[in-house]
Amino acid sequence: MSSLTLDRAAATDATGSGPGPGRPRRRIALIPTVTLLLGAVYCLLPVMWVVIASTKSGRELFSTFTFWPGTGFAENLTDLNSYREGVYWQWMANSAVYAGLGALLSTCVSAVSGYALATYRFRGRETVFHILLAGVLMPPVILAIPQYLLMAEADLTDSYLSVLLPQILSPYGVYLARIYAAAAVPSDVVEAGRMDGAGEWRIFTRVALPMMLPGLVTVFLFQFVAVWNNFLLPFVMLSDDERFPITLGLYTLLEQGSSQPALYTLVITGAFLAVVPLVALFLVVQRFWSLDLLSGAVKS
Amino acid sequence: MPYTKRRRLVSSAVAVALGATALAACGSSSDDDGAASGPVMLTYWSWAPGMDKVVDLWNKGPGKEQQITVTVKKQASGDTLVTKILTAHKAGKAPDLVQAEYQALPTLVSNDALADISGEVGDAKKEFADGVWQQTTLGTDAVYAVPQDIGPMMFFYREDLFEKYKLTVPTTWDEFADTARKLKKAAPGKDLTTFSANDSGLFAGLAQQAGAQWWTTSGDTWKVGINDAATKKVAEFWGGLVEEGAIDNQPMYTPAWNKALDTGQQIAWVSAVWAPGTLTTAAPATKGKWAMAPLPQWTKGENRTGSWGGSSTAVTTDSTHKDAAATFAAWLNTDARALNALAKESGIYPASTAAQTSGAFAAPPEFFANQPDFCTKAAEIAETTAPSAWGPNVNVAYTTFKNAFGAAAKNKSDFTAALDAMQEDTVADLKKQGFGVAE
Repeated sequence: MSSLTLDRAAATDATGSGPGPGRPRRRIALIPTVTLLLGAVYCLLPVMWVVIASTKSGRELFSTFTFWPGTGFAENLTDLNSYREGVYWQWMANSAVYAGLGALLSTCVSAVSGYALATYRFRGRETVFHILLAGVLMPPVILAIPQYLLMAEADLTDSYLSVLLPQILSPYGVYLARIYAAAAVPSDVVEAGRMDGAGEWRIFTRVALPMMLPGLVTVFLFQFVAVWNNFLLPFVMLSDDERFPITLGLYTLLEQGSSQPALYTLVITGAFLAVVPLVALFLVVQRFWSLDLLSGAVKS
Repeated sequence: MPYTKRRRLVSSAVAVALGATALAACGSSSDDDGAASGPVMLTYWSWAPGMDKVVDLWNKGPGKEQQITVTVKKQASGDTLVTKILTAHKAGKAPDLVQAEYQALPTLVSNDALADISGEVGDAKKEFADGVWQQTTLGTDAVYAVPQDIGPMMFFYREDLFEKYKLTVPTTWDEFADTARKLKKAAPGKDLTTFSANDSGLFAGLAQQAGAQWWTTSGDTWKVGINDAATKKVAEFWGGLVEEGAIDNQPMYTPAWNKALDTGQQIAWVSAVWAPGTLTTAAPATKGKWAMAPLPQWTKGENRTGSWGGSSTAVTTDSTHKDAAATFAAWLNTDARALNALAKESGIYPASTAAQTSGAFAAPPEFFANQPDFCTKAAEIAETTAPSAWGPNVNVAYTTFKNAFGAAAKNKSDFTAALDAMQEDTVADLKKQGFGVAE
């Protein structure tokens, strides 16, 4: 290992024009840092805007300096709270149900199928996996209308189920779970469980599942964020705004018809509050990722 | 009528393409039987804020007597709603009633999504101006919707700043151009207004005022006249102003635009009767400083305006209680109490002529409290609305407008080329959809 690194450093030295080994190293450190910082600013600036704009009252929103906080946050909150008898919180709760329950169910399905695809050898395994891969490449957006027509056949449109059901099977989740299970659950461990007389379900729940946990947390987070941000599927499926998720609800606040002004302050405050659960979720769940380093049952 | 035949042909082709099951089902059910037998539940997709409160009046009043209960499901407005209605209609699950903008009616009708309710609401015709009613019949004997609100176009200007810069309110478009130049000379940092390409309805209304007829039918073919002489005149006029820099070329409804209005950097706005509502949020600091006047005219002494916005209530073919739905639609848009509530809760400007000067419209909007005759003036202007001519693919024309005119305004380039692009795209799309098009 170390000799390889040395060789590379020597090669850089020979070809590069820099006089000493110290210089190029510093340049390499500078460019990525600047790039990453720029990236961070690029990503965080809009968030900053939302946070600051949510503190501005309607009067201040477009007339004061963009990044100077306003004085209307409390007023905005009250307005949002009283809009149509607090329907915003209903949307928030709906989003929590769609994203929370949907991501949980989706993670379960992904875990079972990913584990099965990774550990068992059966006829058609690769075919199933390739179909899944094709599913990963397929943007869910184009499926929304066919899914609507299917749900209509089953008389399920405009219900919680119509939004939950299509999100439970996530090809990407299954794919991730399979890759993770293949890497994190060694076949020796599964074999050892069988030798000890454990059934397949017991091996899965007691042995494999804890090992797959960091991967499953990732699947859960991905799916949670995907559902939380999903717009088109609920837009097509739902017509009753008591069942709308937050994305759709905020959209109705913006598009009120030409005779009505868009409720900018409400939308901005609403968007800001809608990000808070996501941030909280990431902060809470983040620590599961560190398990990655500690887990492992066999020494290689 | 030949046009109707053509439409049926197209809609049946669509039905075949969709597997026909859903459409066949809605053709056979409903009809006139059993209107009075048992309670009826209707669903209504609408985007108007506070519509649920207006509908409550119905459910507790005439609806209770007739055992017709209406449930409002609030939607987001715009082209996306038309798509949503059509998708639901493909599955046979469209709601009984929908709110639809006038320019969306031909699209909905050519997809066989709207029912002919001429039998139930024909009597309501006298409540509306002819030009308004004509938009719901599409030139046929059928009636596909009841007009709800309209958006007659007007000229809004900062009274105080006009005085400050010694400008007079323009009565013709030539004067309008001179006013813009005069302001540029007096205050180079200010603009009379902007030409914005992000709301196609504005340009469509201006063309309508000039006498354009974008979609017409002759025999069983459509004729598209988007680049006709009248529209060309409008495009060249605004393109010229943008090119010489007499007005701004930045889009409306952006934070920058709001700021420009709020700080008085832009001192006028060619808009429609609903402008007070928009100005209330866009330019809160300017309350009481605006005034409204009729739109400038192309020839002196003329009295015409276009319309920007406005919508209607339509009954879908999927409804199993079309009579009940039509009865409700007629009540909602002609009953004095309902219209008064609509004005208060939803802030609409009623299509019904009687309601335009009574009830909620006896006093000027709060933002225009300085102009006591706002409503009588608005009603007079509404009467002069030129007829409009919408076709089955307004959305395509509008999309091209946004792209082509957006680019032309930004680059200050030729507006007529953009207009030709609009014409070409619209004709090509009509042909692609299988309509006959006269060149």
